[in-house]
Amino acid sequence: MFIKPYGDTLDDGAVQLSFTLPIPCGGKAREAAKLYVQKLGFKRAEIVHAAAMSDDFTFFVAYARTEVSLDYDKVEYAEAVEKCLSMDEVGAFIKTTFRRKIVIVGACTGSDAHTVGIDAIMNMKGYNHHFGLERYPMIEAFNLGSQVPNEKLLEYAKQVKADAILVSQIVTQKDVHIKNLTELIELAEAEKLRDKFIMVVGGPRVNNKTACELGYDAGFGSGTYAEHVATFVVKKLQERLGGR
Amino acid sequence: MATGSKLGLSKTKINKARALAREVTGPVQEFIDGHTTVTIERATLRLLGADGANSDGAPVPNLAAEQCAGTLADGAARHYINALVKLSKPPEELNKEIAGGLDISKIEPTDEKRIRAKAAELTAGLDKRLSANVAHRARKLKEGADKAKAPLIYVIVATGNIYEDVKQARAAALQGADIIAVIRTTAQSLLDYVPYGATTEGFGGTYATQENFRIMRSALDAAGAQENRYIRLVNYCSGLCMPEIAAMGAMERLDMMLNDSMYGILFRDINMYRTFTDQFFSRMINTAADIVINTGEDNYLTTSDAIEKAHTVLASQLINEQFAKSAGMPERLMGLGHAFEINPDTKNGFLYEYAQALMAREIFPGHPLKYMPPTKFMTGNIFKGYAMNTLFNFVSKATNQSIELLGMLTEAIHTPYLQDRALAIENALYVHNNIADFFNEVEFKKNGIMVGRAKAVLDETIAMLAEVAGRGLFDAIETGMFADIKRPRNGGKGFDGVFEKSPGYYNPVEDYLKKKLKIAK
Repeated sequence: MFIKPYGDTLDDGAVQLSFTLPIPCGGKAREAAKLYVQKLGFKRAEIVHAAAMSDDFTFFVAYARTEVSLDYDKVEYAEAVEKCLSMDEVGAFIKTTFRRKIVIVGACTGSDAHTVGIDAIMNMKGYNHHFGLERYPMIEAFNLGSQVPNEKLLEYAKQVKADAILVSQIVTQKDVHIKNLTELIELAEAEKLRDKFIMVVGGPRVNNKTACELGYDAGFGSGTYAEHVATFVVKKLQERLGGR
Repeated sequence: MATGSKLGLSKTKINKARALAREVTGPVQEFIDGHTTVTIERATLRLLGADGANSDGAPVPNLAAEQCAGTLADGAARHYINALVKLSKPPEELNKEIAGGLDISKIEPTDEKRIRAKAAELTAGLDKRLSANVAHRARKLKEGADKAKAPLIYVIVATGNIYEDVKQARAAALQGADIIAVIRTTAQSLLDYVPYGATTEGFGGTYATQENFRIMRSALDAAGAQENRYIRLVNYCSGLCMPEIAAMGAMERLDMMLNDSMYGILFRDINMYRTFTDQFFSRMINTAADIVINTGEDNYLTTSDAIEKAHTVLASQLINEQFAKSAGMPERLMGLGHAFEINPDTKNGFLYEYAQALMAREIFPGHPLKYMPPTKFMTGNIFKGYAMNTLFNFVSKATNQSIELLGMLTEAIHTPYLQDRALAIENALYVHNNIADFFNEVEFKKNGIMVGRAKAVLDETIAMLAEVAGRGLFDAIETGMFADIKRPRNGGKGFDGVFEKSPGYYNPVEDYLKKKLKIAK
């Protein structure tokens, strides 16, 4: 099935754009913005708004039509977790499958100082009425906080015999998170620790596909709660133990 | 509903304004009672069973009415019923013959008794159909009562293609909309016939046809079943075919219809005698089918300044109310309109909007008020527009409006895209929930800006209505007292379709409606 953006008629290709150009506002600026949108490949570009941001910047809102379509059937993507267990179900699953508590270490690594993501998943209180991993009776959860160096995270995980490591990355400007995530994987591999842990990434600009490409077991984007991560970890752990 | 007035409006003044509005509409109602129009006759035929079109697309009700053109002052119903009796055919078969060229005015008249008996049978069938629609709606609304939102969320679809409208309406319903209005294609209001069948081509909207009504009704019923709540359907009962569309809406279980006693005169240049006569018949049909009307006072503010002309909104609401009362309509069906249209650059503009909206609520406590969003000052800056809509949503909830037509961030750009509607609904639900009990929490400074504003608007309204009553409504419209637009009483479209009823005028549908609504003279 080939798909295109939908405005009000199937396959109309309607797209809304907004951007700023480094030029003064005026008729010429509108024309330039229109030509630029056309240059991006859009047809029937219409600049519906132009406003001076300063003497030499202009902000535009545009509507345009695209002729580009995509074969949806060829898109490959799988969520890390298809069906999510509840907190109680996770507990019961751990009890019957592993007969011990499992250990999860989490941190926001590198220079990133935003703990909001890792806290949402790990903190006792959780987020939006979804309890965090610290509340799970069969999970021992260690939240190391923010700006944790990759070496320190690995060291800690080794020390507490972690089953899984959760890495949170909120800041993604200039792809800093990719560098940092790659470094952690390389470090784990150099120390021959990669197979010892289930390694999971989370963050608003992260998805499962990118995470797997970087060498992680899974990636979780916005809208993720503790039970998604817990479900993935316990299922993956069962898979690994079963394979042994 | 709050009992005391937060704005300290004087009851005596409100009563005075109402009494003046009654003085304004009284003489017009006398004219209405003595007249019929070609579209009233066609609406009558439709309610008796006339439907379909010939191979050129000319609707059967038009063909039949044209055949009776010389005697419309006597009513067209007798000819149609006579044909049914003489040919002993059901309406569906007679319609086919009329479409094929049969002239019903040429058929020998049968005796009066048989006409009356047939008319009784047909109006009983009509009553059964309308009553079933009313009962069905009431049952569904009751079942979904726990999910009822206040205000009800009203959004429009306007793709021009009824099948595309269905997709958009369905999405809107699942996003949380309570009411879907299908906007009409431009200029349908000036067609002196209602197109037939499903349509896929329109400009800025979709043709109002009975088949399109059916298609959207069934789509919304399906969406409602999925959501466990009833989704209301709206269309326009305005323009040159106002009563015919009222008839179609009544038969196809529409839930609301846009219907204003003066909009067509002022903004579509339809003859005033025609519009006044048509709105009366339309509103009787609306009432019999328990359809909420939406009046169009927002238009006064899009054409004139919303602060200077605020009183014309209240004056029009009061006039609409009196005309509706004359048609037997209870207050719970009078969706009087008003709008949030003050220039956003106005200092304290929000306070004026708030005061005016609350004033409407206090003067019309039992009416399902319809509040309309900013349109005049919306621009291509969709982000600013979205912010303006947030303030509109705030006033709407803070003043307990009943029906809220949501503003679209792309109002100035195009008819709504799927996501425009979703963003509007998200904004409204966010605001409504966050200030759920705000109405009961606030009071206003006795001599503050808002109290002063409401008082001033009411005073100006009384002065205006007194002047209109003194001159007479026909004259007031001729001299541009409403919306600064002057319309001569014998000018405008559709004047040649107005007829003084003859002493022998016969309309069994009108008799049925007047009896049902207890307004028989």
